[in-house]
Amino acid sequence: MKKYTYTEKKDTRSGFGAGLHEAGKRNENVVALCADLVGSLKMDAFIKDFPERFVQVGIAEANMMGIAAGLTINGKIPFTGTFANFSTGRVYDQIRQSIAYSGKNVKICASHAGLTLGEDGATHQILEDIGLMKMLPGMVVINPCDYNQTKAATLAIMDYEGPVYLRFGRPVIPVFTPEDQKFEIGKAWMVNEGKDVTIVATGHMVWRAIEAGEKLAELGIDAEIINIHTIKPLDDEAILKSVKKTGCIVTCEEHNKFGGLGESVARLLTTEYLAPQEFVAVNDSFGESATPDQLMTKYKLDPSDIVAAVQKVMKRKK
Amino acid sequence: MKHTISELEDIASQVRRDCLRMVHAVQSGHPGASLGCADFFTALYFEVLNHNPKFSMAGVGEDLFFLSNGHISPVWYSVLARSGYFKVSELATFRKLDSRLQGHPTTHEGLPGIRIASGSLGQGLSVAIGAALGKKLDGDKGLVYTLMGDGELQEGQNWEALMFAPFHKVDNLIASVDYNGQQIDGPTEKVLSLENLQAKFEAFGWHVITSDGNDMDGIVKSLHYAKSLTGKGKPILNLMSTQMGYGVDFMVGTHKWHGSAPSDAQLEVALGQLKETAGDY
Repeated sequence: MKKYTYTEKKDTRSGFGAGLHEAGKRNENVVALCADLVGSLKMDAFIKDFPERFVQVGIAEANMMGIAAGLTINGKIPFTGTFANFSTGRVYDQIRQSIAYSGKNVKICASHAGLTLGEDGATHQILEDIGLMKMLPGMVVINPCDYNQTKAATLAIMDYEGPVYLRFGRPVIPVFTPEDQKFEIGKAWMVNEGKDVTIVATGHMVWRAIEAGEKLAELGIDAEIINIHTIKPLDDEAILKSVKKTGCIVTCEEHNKFGGLGESVARLLTTEYLAPQEFVAVNDSFGESATPDQLMTKYKLDPSDIVAAVQKVMKRKK
Repeated sequence: MKHTISELEDIASQVRRDCLRMVHAVQSGHPGASLGCADFFTALYFEVLNHNPKFSMAGVGEDLFFLSNGHISPVWYSVLARSGYFKVSELATFRKLDSRLQGHPTTHEGLPGIRIASGSLGQGLSVAIGAALGKKLDGDKGLVYTLMGDGELQEGQNWEALMFAPFHKVDNLIASVDYNGQQIDGPTEKVLSLENLQAKFEAFGWHVITSDGNDMDGIVKSLHYAKSLTGKGKPILNLMSTQMGYGVDFMVGTHKWHGSAPSDAQLEVALGQLKETAGDY
């Protein structure tokens, strides 16, 4: 198992904030919009340096999506910022009609996704957003794994023409990917090469998959770990190549098992290469109030859950 | 004036014929408010709007128009074709397979003149505000126009947008409301009353003007007046009274023709009341 270390922990939303600030410096067409959550989305640096390119919309997410769509018409690149729940479910039809179907170059940037929002509870912990967004034709769905990768992803989507959903979160987690990485949309990131099982993980679950990989190594299991930061378009090639080698797969996501990364992988495997799969995901449930760590344990998203899933799926290998 | 009022009225008559023939041909679509707004669209595209039928999405330096109540697509398609955005003959493809003239307007099939999809109601004003902000950021002096239905104002997103535009001084925006008092299930006052719209818009901080949307001279003057009010710190709202079905005696003033197509016999009677002035497609 390749050794991963980190010197600090940071939140992925701060990676977005830093990326947005940098995007603002690099491209004068970048515009940011926020629905009364500037501090939570870490947009302060952008607003300070580019006040004329920031739009405070107030608590009116539907209007924000429409304004963002309108801003694209003369070539602006709008980045909308609010919590994942209010970035997707609350405004699904606005995104569907005014952004996705209209083919508008809007970057929907969503913080506080998943259970790790913590104490605010289920009203704010959306676990369905990946599914909602990946079903929209033409929508790119990205869920980076740490601060550096979120920053790099924010810059990458600036240069991509088309609607994008960028999902990140609130908790501080290890920063283990390189600061100077090149982020390629749709290109899986090999975390660890192995031969016994494929573990694909997205977002906060990537570090947990690394921790699980270390435990598995102690058990004599050589896990291949892949970071799927782009859920759509999925890197079919990387996943198939790995599964053809290992013969089984575990998918890990901080999302409902319905509609998430796991289902995208299952669709790929059933059509291209049959192999047993286990899902580490929330089992069709809403979340609740507690600390992020307590919730990840209760909803079975811990490294130990990944280890158990690996042991189970390996028994099903032919 | 680019055209006399009489010339504009002639164009509007042809536009009404187009609307009825398009809806009749596929026995679906929304003739009522298409007829009601024919004068507004004609005035806008043939007289008021600074626009280029050699369409570009960005429309740099041009005025932009967004239709929020997308179901009145027949009147928009007719006016776009009649003002040179695409061939008039293409109107015959309305709502048919592989057409650029979808039931509700969209950018998806690349029809010139359309800058956003609409149909699901209540979204157009927000988009128009975004486009107006974009023009301001670029120092582009072009204006942004939008049209909403009155029934559509029951959608909450409109009120988010109505609150936003005055606060942010979006004064390069002229929003018109097709105030015909009708919606699918009946008169708005019975379905969900809009009450005093003018007072509501004024309370939100808009500069409100009222107009008669079925009087060509009146609507041209009102739109020019609205234009003169831009750049003064407030968005402009044109509360435009129209009659659904205007121009055809048995269709006028009722919600019954909101989304129903005329039969062969009804079409013949209707066309008999509308002069063919520029040649049917």
